[in-house]
Amino acid sequence: MKVTVCIGSSCHLKGSRQIVEELQYLIAKNNLQDKVDLGGTFCMGRCQEGVCVTVDGKFHSLSPETTKQFFETEILPNA
Amino acid sequence: MRKFDTKVQYLKYKVLREVARQAWNDKLLTGFLDIPKIIVPGKEPTMRCCVYKERAILAERVKIAMGGDHTNPNVIEVIDIACDECPMGGYEVTDACRGCLAHRCEDVCKRGAITFDHQQKAHIDKSKCVECGACARVCPYSAIANHKRPCENACKVKAITMTETKAASINQDKCIACGACVYQCPWGAITDKSFILNVIDFIQKSENNTKYKVYAVVAPSISSQFTYAKLGQVIAGIKELGFFTVVEAALGADMVANEEAKELAEKGFLTSSCCPAFVDYIHKSFPDLVPHISHNLSPMATISKYLKETDTDCKVICIGPCTAKKAEFQKPEVAPWIDSVITFEELQALFDSRDIDITTLPEDVLDNASYFGRIFARSGGLADAVAQGLKENGLDDSFKLNAISCDGIEQCRMALLKASKNVLPNNFIEGMACVGGCIGGAGCLTHGDKNKAEVDKYGREAYEKTIGDALRVLHLNHPRKIDKE
Repeated sequence: MKVTVCIGSSCHLKGSRQIVEELQYLIAKNNLQDKVDLGGTFCMGRCQEGVCVTVDGKFHSLSPETTKQFFETEILPNA
Repeated sequence: MRKFDTKVQYLKYKVLREVARQAWNDKLLTGFLDIPKIIVPGKEPTMRCCVYKERAILAERVKIAMGGDHTNPNVIEVIDIACDECPMGGYEVTDACRGCLAHRCEDVCKRGAITFDHQQKAHIDKSKCVECGACARVCPYSAIANHKRPCENACKVKAITMTETKAASINQDKCIACGACVYQCPWGAITDKSFILNVIDFIQKSENNTKYKVYAVVAPSISSQFTYAKLGQVIAGIKELGFFTVVEAALGADMVANEEAKELAEKGFLTSSCCPAFVDYIHKSFPDLVPHISHNLSPMATISKYLKETDTDCKVICIGPCTAKKAEFQKPEVAPWIDSVITFEELQALFDSRDIDITTLPEDVLDNASYFGRIFARSGGLADAVAQGLKENGLDDSFKLNAISCDGIEQCRMALLKASKNVLPNNFIEGMACVGGCIGGAGCLTHGDKNKAEVDKYGREAYEKTIGDALRVLHLNHPRKIDKE
């Protein structure tokens, strides 16, 4: 599973680092390092909806607060 | 609002703007010959002896704006017909000569070049003078002054000489492409080749970033430039030109500071590798010290490499204050990562070629790097960042940093000379070819006293305060440690 977090300026200011850290933590905690390929990209062209995250190409709009829930509904069951 | 320091820059800008305007409209092939007449339309000369000479020189400027002489590997070129009006200068007797009795100047001159008129005032016969300066040193009134050419005076690596026709000539074995002569020549007779046409081509062929994405990597010295607008508006303007997004070269600086700190602690002595002119200077003038150059790519190349590795088909254009970067991106170890380099001067020309008034645009954001990555733009910043890198890697106890920040190539020379003789007390040389650091770069629109303060202010505005936090988003599959629970 390929999870890409936007680390461009706009998303960075909205908390992409916090989201990255949260996801890294949750992935490690659930031993999913081999199954989830976490990557970054500079801008997805949808800055208004940031923080932009894609899971195998499917777009999601996240904030640091919704990251845990996103992990539980979008990553954990599908990984 | 004043955009440039000098009229020479303004003239160069007008040529670049016109070349770019025609290129965007696909009219350059038929229209480039008309550009000199567009810029000098009237019959009255404003710069030279006649409009025909003005246009002839402008034709040369157009050529350089279109990439210049491909047979000349240097990115800095002399326009010899623009140079031939430059006075020879050299040693001259000034009005301060009092016509004394001693005539020390006459006695010391081995060439017999000094003569005296009926008032006993000295004169130098330029056909005999070899510019040794002995007469100036012995004159008790300091009446003999050395009117060196501005370009020769600017060139601290002594790469500029005169040809037999008295035009400036650049010694390629010495030139480090720092651009000091470009900025200092009052006639605009030395200038940097432009790659704006490549940039326009990349943007056009990307078909609105659908075929591939075009990234702009901007140097942190941008914070001291375009002061007539907000930085966010400059970023918006860059996107308006057709770039997909803008990334801070300062994030590359964070990456470099982190790695350079580790390399330094391991090796014990290093010279920085950020400034391409400084690196080139070591290669050309201190080859014995080459093994001590940090093995890191420059910040610009480091972040560009990261971009190319995450988005393999993308194009990366770097925008900065530097003419030497135009040479750096053509080096084999850098060429795979960077597609072109332009200066802030050229960015201004590109804005205006599309009639983009950045002051009317909404403010976009630019925030990838930490405070430390951003202050690389000014002298001393790199050493501060390496100190922080040592601290963040827990190396500051085992390795005591003793850095010397060399501000300008003359200070670099002194430090390198000492290092080559093993008498330098420092263990890290931060070398910046331009005085002040990158904010003194030849490709800057303006060079002001406040620029350093602007860079520091921009640094403090960074969202991330430490190098480690700025880098946290880069190597996502390799978290350093799980430190929560």
